[in-house]
Amino acid sequence: MTAQRQQAVSASASAEPAGPEAPPAVSLRGVVKRFGGFTAVDGLDLDVPAGTCLGLLGPNGAGKSTTMKLLTAQAIADEGEITVLGFAVPRESKRARAAMGVVPQQDNLDEELTARENLEVFAHLYRVPRRARREAVDDALALAHLTGRRLTKVDDLSGGMRRRLLIARGLVHRPALVLLDEPTVGLDPQVRAELWGLIDGLRSRGTTVLMSTHYIEEAERLADGCALMSHGRVVARGGPAELVAEHAGERVVEHYGPPDRLEAVERIARAAGLPTRRTGPSVSVLKAETIPPSLADELGPDGVRRAASLEDVFVVLTGERVE
Amino acid sequence: MNAAEGAGAAPPPRPAPPARLRRFEMAPVRGIWRHELALYKRYWKSQSFASMVEPTFFLLAFGYGFGSMVAAIGDYRYLDFVATGVVGTAALFTSVFPGMFNGYIRRVFQHTYDAMLAAPVDVHELVTAEALWIAAKSAVYSCTPLVVAMFFGLAPAPGMLLVPFVVFFTALGFGLLGMWTSSVVPSINSFDYVITGVVTPLFLIAGTFFPVGSLPRWAQYAGWCNPLFHCVELVRHAVFGLRPLADLGHLAALWAFAGLAWAIAVRGMRRRLID
Repeated sequence: MTAQRQQAVSASASAEPAGPEAPPAVSLRGVVKRFGGFTAVDGLDLDVPAGTCLGLLGPNGAGKSTTMKLLTAQAIADEGEITVLGFAVPRESKRARAAMGVVPQQDNLDEELTARENLEVFAHLYRVPRRARREAVDDALALAHLTGRRLTKVDDLSGGMRRRLLIARGLVHRPALVLLDEPTVGLDPQVRAELWGLIDGLRSRGTTVLMSTHYIEEAERLADGCALMSHGRVVARGGPAELVAEHAGERVVEHYGPPDRLEAVERIARAAGLPTRRTGPSVSVLKAETIPPSLADELGPDGVRRAASLEDVFVVLTGERVE
Repeated sequence: MNAAEGAGAAPPPRPAPPARLRRFEMAPVRGIWRHELALYKRYWKSQSFASMVEPTFFLLAFGYGFGSMVAAIGDYRYLDFVATGVVGTAALFTSVFPGMFNGYIRRVFQHTYDAMLAAPVDVHELVTAEALWIAAKSAVYSCTPLVVAMFFGLAPAPGMLLVPFVVFFTALGFGLLGMWTSSVVPSINSFDYVITGVVTPLFLIAGTFFPVGSLPRWAQYAGWCNPLFHCVELVRHAVFGLRPLADLGHLAALWAFAGLAWAIAVRGMRRRLID
């Protein structure tokens, strides 16, 4: 193992935050992935600092899942360089995969097996030593709060339990890096909150987490930083608060009314250089704290003020609806 | 569970990945066998029933049905001829079908292979592990007709101990062929074409129920190209007396078949599993 790789893995595995000189746990440079005539990832540059949680945000089709597959070499980039924990991917992807855990968007647990059997299989695949295997499986079951259901067939587990088991499977070898692809998609709010606790626990233990999501709230709560993807590229990068401040300001004013009224508000705001976004039956004018009194009069008194959010940034920058 | 509980339960990461990972490793093979064993423990009764009873029915139906009209073929009693032939058909059915259906279902419907390939497992290790498991099971099950035939007068012979090994190499090739097929069909319904158009002729033109030499010349050539023919010949020779030179040729044919099937199965699966 080269010094750089050792440093990357050690920095990612340490419970202490990595120093600024530590190499990133994940690095993508000019990565392009095409499927026929469709370019899913288009010149992607992205670093994930070791020991942090990065939220990869973007609408469906932005290239998030393809990016995840590129990191596990389940998709091969047409151009660019990828390094994971110091290992060049896809050339050294096997070693990178040994040190990372993957929680896919799609539930691919074996339904015929019990929760314990699913974890045992992956403890083998992840090379957990024979002596430590039982303990590793027990720990993963405890982590997912499934010890009491360890002998239950996956088919008989609830949706939330299956999702927790999926996360436990990705953690059975205590990886230095965890890839979470839409970890809470389709789950009800209570289950989502459970999983957030689990993911937050990982981050606080120093595991590097790369989490793709299109739930804005999830990124705001869990991520140290966010990368906003659109059409296969990162269009904005920073902490959630930084992104909101830079692209949406402090306040937003929402105007409601008939379509011609909303169009008029949009036209006036844009003419003044203020970003806007449509939110169903309303138009939101961002960076409302910078609106001069004369313009506020022109926009009308019917606006409802609220704090700017990451969702505003998301919609403004991706130009697409949140799904 | 709440956020605090989740945070408290997460164990620290392990320090480093394994120091060295070779291009082909046994660890993923063992892991995939662990998966197969867990499934087998759950379904061994139904799998065993189908794998052992079906060839027995073939043996009894052909052995006694045809056997009442055809007393002997060459130097062999017809029941003995069929018993050794049915070992070959059992090897074919217990390997090519799991290769086809498991390969397709686990790849397309269950996404089991996607999960495994996200771990330090490569496609060639996955394919090899699956095929070895299929071959090992087939090697055991396919000997059933011989055991049954012994109750009907087939004389035990030391060479019978070689039969599981012959079946293993045969089933390895057919299991891999099944996996390759699963990687090229556009839908699971397409297996109907494969079963009728490929598997059935393989099983008929292999010297299982009648000697290949009794067929037209073109069919004889087709039979010689059929790996199952070489399996059946090897099984017969193991039971009734080895013919070293010919048997080396049959063995080489089975090895070549397994090697070719491995190459195309890995290539086909890689094309489907890696974007």
